[in-house]
Amino acid sequence: MTSPTLHRRHFVQGALAAGAMGCARRDSERLTFWSIGREADRIGSLFEEFERRNPGIRIKLEKFPWTGAHQKLLTAFAGNSLPDVFQIGNTWIPEFVTLNALAPLDALVANSPVIDRSDFFAGVWDTNAMNGALYGLPWYVDTRLLFYRKDLLAKAGFSEPPTDWAQWSQMLRAIKSVVGADKYSILLPLNEFEPLLNLGIQHPESLLRDGDRYGNFRSESFRKTLTFYSEAFVHRWAPLMTNTQISNVWDEFGHGLFSFYISGPWNIVEFQKRLPKELQDAWDTAPMPGPNGPGASIAGGSSLVIAKHAQKSTAAWKLIEFFATPEVQIRYHELTGNMPPRRASWSQELADDKYAKAFRTQLERVKSTPKVPEWERIATEVRLIGEVIAQRGDASRSVIDAACTELDRRVDAILDKRRSVLKKLT
Amino acid sequence: MTTHALTSGSRSLAGWMFTGPALLVLSVFFFVPTLAALLMSLTDYDLYALGDLSNLRFVAFDNYLALLKDERFWQSLGNTFYFVAIGVPSSVALSLGSALLLNSKLTRFRTFFRVSLFAPVVTTLVAVALVWRYIFHTRYGLLNYGLSIVGVEPIDWLGDPHWAMPSIALLAVWKNFGYNMIIFIAALQSIPQDLYEAARIDGASAWQQFRHVTLPSLAPTLMLVGILTTAGYFQVFSEPYMMTEGGPLQSTTSVLYFMYEEGFKWWSLGRASAVAFVLFIIIFSLTLLQIRFARRHA
Repeated sequence: MTSPTLHRRHFVQGALAAGAMGCARRDSERLTFWSIGREADRIGSLFEEFERRNPGIRIKLEKFPWTGAHQKLLTAFAGNSLPDVFQIGNTWIPEFVTLNALAPLDALVANSPVIDRSDFFAGVWDTNAMNGALYGLPWYVDTRLLFYRKDLLAKAGFSEPPTDWAQWSQMLRAIKSVVGADKYSILLPLNEFEPLLNLGIQHPESLLRDGDRYGNFRSESFRKTLTFYSEAFVHRWAPLMTNTQISNVWDEFGHGLFSFYISGPWNIVEFQKRLPKELQDAWDTAPMPGPNGPGASIAGGSSLVIAKHAQKSTAAWKLIEFFATPEVQIRYHELTGNMPPRRASWSQELADDKYAKAFRTQLERVKSTPKVPEWERIATEVRLIGEVIAQRGDASRSVIDAACTELDRRVDAILDKRRSVLKKLT
Repeated sequence: MTTHALTSGSRSLAGWMFTGPALLVLSVFFFVPTLAALLMSLTDYDLYALGDLSNLRFVAFDNYLALLKDERFWQSLGNTFYFVAIGVPSSVALSLGSALLLNSKLTRFRTFFRVSLFAPVVTTLVAVALVWRYIFHTRYGLLNYGLSIVGVEPIDWLGDPHWAMPSIALLAVWKNFGYNMIIFIAALQSIPQDLYEAARIDGASAWQQFRHVTLPSLAPTLMLVGILTTAGYFQVFSEPYMMTEGGPLQSTTSVLYFMYEEGFKWWSLGRASAVAFVLFIIIFSLTLLQIRFARRHA
């Protein structure tokens, strides 16, 4: 079992080295860059700019969609075909660090004239650090917050968005009584783990305990979260629906099927484009409300990383550094609508933007999810438990307690291998 | 004596040479990977092992034992059996029925119907799933619109755990029945017309002709179609993947979908291989049962 894999790896490495030598003989170096999502289509001019500034480097851009991106990166790692520099979802970093697939960037950052660590939003920066080392540089941020219908909220008797859960509950109840039985106050898609997790990380208590060895879902604070979440379904403030069932979230937001929606910056452009003109003044964005006052949100987004065994790490770092400069980040935002990860890149114009304003506030209060390679799977278990509770339509103490115990049991089982690996290390 | 031995030796050599290429391809692409998967199912190969092979542990049959204790595996097994139980009979019945209709001498525009009934088989599922998602849509769907005319309350086809699997089965049957239909048409055309003539002279009704001439002649084809369809339906994956992502409440998670999540989403390849072997054993033993059943009734 082992030796064929090893042979293959050696063979591939040999082939890569041969390829690299072939390139070096030419006057310019070809740097392959993997980019995920549609943004890459719009930033061709930035790559041209980079090549102008670095005449020795030519970028070979390879794009693929978010669906299946995670698998593609994993398979590329297994097949030893990761490029030298690539984009990665920042929640995947712990996984790739565990795989020993990423190069640490601390020394490069320390020597860089353009990267000022304190200028980056702390929560976002933190998602790239693991075990005291830095493995990625934030490219853009993707935190989620509230999109809401101002007009429907006003109809229910409120002029301002909620700042804590108690207010939020009042509003959800009031909106429901205004819109009636076949419409709802909030959309919490049952096939997404983000809404429930976003509520879950609001509390100071971590979701995992003992050095991330066990689940911490029986904590009083997660019980509160799950109760708040399931009450939305018990009172029919939220529909029992997945995104695939909705078919078109933007149209339904326009129809008033729901008034609150927890989503990210990419939807600003979509709502501007897809909602009819007469509704353009009827919606807005607001920071997440927390259990007792302004709340936190997940520090999502994408980072740029260098592969551990990169052949052209100097060129790769030049590209990362280029994208970390404020002027490039400003243009990047103009071209894609993605939010920049450092404060200096928030031009006055962007910071004053009607819809982006809330994101600027939220970014000062973003948190990283627990940094274990199993996180995606744990998040899925959280979603499944949330779905069970929502479908049951019962938020009583005993139901919530049983669900939290079951969740801890499953998460502990998932973390079993992690515990044994950590034990071996000590 | 010696010449005989020599010819038999060279004959067997010739035999090996003829089967060699096929055997080589089979072993490289089938036997070796299967063996590797079997070995893998005895380890806890996962992300940690992928990063550092020293994290790989030999666990003997732990993966299999863990599966037997995993309620979600049982649920996915139950879902798969449910899907097979409603999908296979309706698929075979529908394809036989449409083959009979298309084979009738009264049918006009035969080629047109044949092509249109076969079209779903060759259409990509991704495109089809998009259309069916709208057909099943609770508020705007064609299906609920049709039902509302007869006064039936809207049904949440893909969102209600009770309806999701039948909906998926409906899509799968619609998508696949054309293939079996073609096989049935071919089989129907090979039944000698004189049998029907003789039956008619004996005064057999249309039903009696079907019962005593068509069905017995179709028996081998029926068995083939039954086995192929059962094996295929046990491996249901793309329909729930495209339509429901295994939800709601895991009600459309099939064994293969479960395996996909274990293996390719969470990279627990050890456990995923164990799932694959369990599924293999189930399909294999059911096929043996079907063959035995068919032989007894032949």
